[in-house]
Amino acid sequence: MVFQILDQNELCDYYDLNKNPGINQRSKIRKGKFDFLSDKKIQSRLISFQDEVQAHVTFYLPQMHCSSCLYLLENLHRLDENIISSKVNFIRKEVAVVYSVQKISLQDVVETLASIGYEPYISLNDLDQKRPAINKGMVFKLGIAGFCFGNIMLMSFPEYLGIDATETALRNSFRWINFLLAIPVLLYSAQPFYESSWKSLKHKFLNIDAPIALAIIITFIRSAWEVIDGSGGGYFDSMTGIVFFMLAGRILQDKTYRQLSFERDYTSYFPVAVSVLTEGKEIPTALPDIKPGNTLLIHNEELIPADGILTRGKAFIDYSFVTGESVPILKEVGELVYAGGKQTEGNIEILVVKEVAQSYLTQLWNREELKNKKEKSNTSFVHLLSRYFTYIVFAIAAGTAIYWMVHDQERLWPAVTAIFIIACPCALLLSNTFTNGNILQILSRNKFYLRNAQTIEDIAGTTHIVFDKTGTLTSTQFQDISYSGTMLTAYQLQQVAALAACSSHPLSKALSRHIGQTKKLDVIGFKETAGEGIEGFAGEDLLKIGSYHFVTGQVDRRLGTAIFVSFENKTQGFFLFKNHYRDDITTLLSGLKNNYHLSVLSGDNEAEKENLKKMMGNNVTLRFYQKPEDKLRYIQYLQQKGNKVMMIGDGLNDAGALKQSDIGIAVAEQTNNFTPASDAIIEAKQLPRLTKFIRLCSANKNIVTTSFVLSIVYNIIGLYFAVQGALSPLIAAILMPASSLSILVITFGSSNLLARRLKL
Amino acid sequence: MSVIIILLAASISVAALFLAAFLWGVKSGQFEDDYSPASRILFDDKPTQSTPTKK
Repeated sequence: MVFQILDQNELCDYYDLNKNPGINQRSKIRKGKFDFLSDKKIQSRLISFQDEVQAHVTFYLPQMHCSSCLYLLENLHRLDENIISSKVNFIRKEVAVVYSVQKISLQDVVETLASIGYEPYISLNDLDQKRPAINKGMVFKLGIAGFCFGNIMLMSFPEYLGIDATETALRNSFRWINFLLAIPVLLYSAQPFYESSWKSLKHKFLNIDAPIALAIIITFIRSAWEVIDGSGGGYFDSMTGIVFFMLAGRILQDKTYRQLSFERDYTSYFPVAVSVLTEGKEIPTALPDIKPGNTLLIHNEELIPADGILTRGKAFIDYSFVTGESVPILKEVGELVYAGGKQTEGNIEILVVKEVAQSYLTQLWNREELKNKKEKSNTSFVHLLSRYFTYIVFAIAAGTAIYWMVHDQERLWPAVTAIFIIACPCALLLSNTFTNGNILQILSRNKFYLRNAQTIEDIAGTTHIVFDKTGTLTSTQFQDISYSGTMLTAYQLQQVAALAACSSHPLSKALSRHIGQTKKLDVIGFKETAGEGIEGFAGEDLLKIGSYHFVTGQVDRRLGTAIFVSFENKTQGFFLFKNHYRDDITTLLSGLKNNYHLSVLSGDNEAEKENLKKMMGNNVTLRFYQKPEDKLRYIQYLQQKGNKVMMIGDGLNDAGALKQSDIGIAVAEQTNNFTPASDAIIEAKQLPRLTKFIRLCSANKNIVTTSFVLSIVYNIIGLYFAVQGALSPLIAAILMPASSLSILVITFGSSNLLARRLKL
Repeated sequence: MSVIIILLAASISVAALFLAAFLWGVKSGQFEDDYSPASRILFDDKPTQSTPTKK
C-alpha cells in the first residue's frame, strides 16, 4: 500500500537508497483516530506559527530510522501538493511541516504522514511544554572565550619572550588589546560561574564555583590594575584560558541525548484526546477536560485514560503497562477499570468516576515527596573537596598577608592576589567535568544513557539493587512453553496450532507460534469465550484449548500460566507458559550478588520463586504480587534503613519506584521506545553488562582524585612563587596550560584505558 | 612598528570574522543535526521546493 502511494508519486528512489527501508509493524489506523485535531484548542497548542496562508507544525516521528525515511519525509510535497515544505531533524527525529491552511487541515497532514507509515507521536506532554532546546548560550560563551583566549595568548608572546623595553608603545598596545579582549570573557563567558556560585551562597553552601568566580574576578582586577598602572602585563591569558577550558568541560559533561527524555510522566503514555459520548455522538475531547460522569468510548487498542465503571461491552484489558502482567484481564459490565489499561478486543464504554489527574495510576506520579526529592542530592564529593581546598587557600593567603604586612607592605597585595590567581580549584573542576563527560560518552556508546553527571556518582554509591521481574529480568517478547500430559502426535499438535491461530489472544498467538504451523487445517465452528478459552473443530476432532475450568469444567487454582488441551472432551495435558529470562541474566545476577544486596519485585504470582532463588542465591529478597504502590513503599523502606537503592525496571508499573529510588534505571527494548521518568535508560540487550558499567562509574571518583592530587603539585609550585610575591606572568602562563593539559590527558587516558580493559 | 599594529588589526579582524561565522553557525542550528544534511546532499533532486517562507 505504501509502495503504491510512493509509486504514483515517483518516489521509488526510496527503496534504492537503503537496503531495508520499510518498517512493517505498522498497525492499521482507525478512521477518525485523529478527529481530535480539528479541535481549535489542541491545534493552537501544536502549531508553532500560523497566518492566513500557511502554518508551521513540528511532529515527533519515532519511526524515523534511515536516510530513506529522510528522503521520503522531505518529499511530502509530492504526496500532497498542499504541503509546502517539510524539513527533517534526524537527531531529534522531528519533521517540521509547512502547509497551506486554506486547502488542508492539520488533520490531513497527520493522516498523510500516517498513510506512509509515519504516524506522528502526539501526547499531552508535547502540548504542555516544548522539549528543552540545547543550551546554545553555553556554546556562544565557549566560542567567545576561545576567541579571546587565542588572541590574548598571541598578544602575550612578546611579553613571555621579553619584549625590548624600549618599544613601550608597542608593548602598551599589546597590553591594552589584551585588556579589551578579556572584558567579554569576564562579563559574558564567565557568567555561569557567577550564577552558580551566587545561587549556592544564597543557600549557605560553598560549591566549587564560588572560589573559581572569586579567582576570575581577582585575576581581572589585578591584571587591569597592572595594565593601567603600566607595571606589567597581567594574567589575562591565564584567566581566559581557565574560563575556556572549564566551559569546554561543562559542555562535554552536560551534553544531553536529545533523542531521549528522562522526564516522561504519565501524560506521555496517554493519548491527547478520547471520544466522549454525549447524546449518542462521539465528541473528541482533550484529556484534561474529561469530568467524572462523562461516558467515554474506548476503541480497540486504546488506553483507558481515567478510572471508570464499565457500562457497555466486554472489556479485555491488557494491564501490562501498569502491573507488568502480560495476559489480558476480563472485566464484565459494572466492574471498575483502572486508567493505564489497554483495551484489546472491540470497543467499550466506560463511565468516568475520577478525573485523569486523580486516577489511581496518575496519583502515584503526583506524589509530593517525589517531586522535590532529586534536587537535594546536589552533594557531589567534588564540592566537599573544593570546600577544604578553599579553606586552605584562605589560610595561606591570610598567613602571607600577615607576613608581608610585617616585612614589606609593598609586596602584600601582589602576593595575596597571586595566591588566589594560582590556587583556584579549576583543576578539580576540570578533572571532574572532563572525566564525567568522557564516562558519559563511553556509556552512551554502549547504549546506557545517564540523565546527568551526578548519576555517575550515585551509581557508584549504590548498596542495594532492586530488579523488577517482568520485562526487566524476563523478556516480554518471548516465552518458554513446555508441554506436560499425554504425548501429542505431530498431527494433533498441528490441530492445536490451527485452532490457536484463529484467536488473537496473546497466549494463543504465542502457542501457535511455538508449535509452528506446517499444515493448513480447516477450522470449523470456532468459538471464543473471552478470558476462558477457545473451541472448534480442527481437522475432524473437537478441540478445546483454555483454562482448566474451561476445558474440564472443574474449579482449580494453579500457579503459573497454563493452557489445557482436550480432544473430544478428553483432557490431554497442558502447555505451561514460563517467562523467558533474558540471555546472560544469570551471569549478571551472580556477578552482582557478591557486592550488593539484591531484591526482585514482581507483579506476577510466585510461580518463578524457586527458579529465581536458584539464580540469585538465598540472600535475595523476593516479593510477589507487588502493586506499583507496594514497589514504591519497598524502596522507601530500604532507603529508611540507610540503603542507596538502585531500581531497575521498565514500564509504568515501576514508575513510582524508579522515581523514589536513588538511581532509577529504565530498561527499554529499543532506545526509541518510551520509558518512564528515570535517571538512566539502558537498552535491554546491554543489561548483562551492568556490572561493568557500575565498575566504570566507581572508577570515576579515583580518576578525579588522582588528577586533583596532581593539580595540587602544580599549585604548590605556583604558590611557592606566589607567596613571595614573585609570580611572573610567564610562570603563570606555563603552569596553567601545563596543569590543564596534563589533567585532560590523565582523565581521558585513564577512563578510556579502563573502558578498554572492561571491553566496553 | 606601525606595520605590526596594522598586522595586529588585520589578524584580529580575520579571527573575529571566524568567530562571527561560528556564532552564526551555532545560531542557525548547523551543529544540531549532523546526519540529515550529509544524506540530503546525496538525493538527486531538490528535496524541497524553494518557496518563499517567512520566519
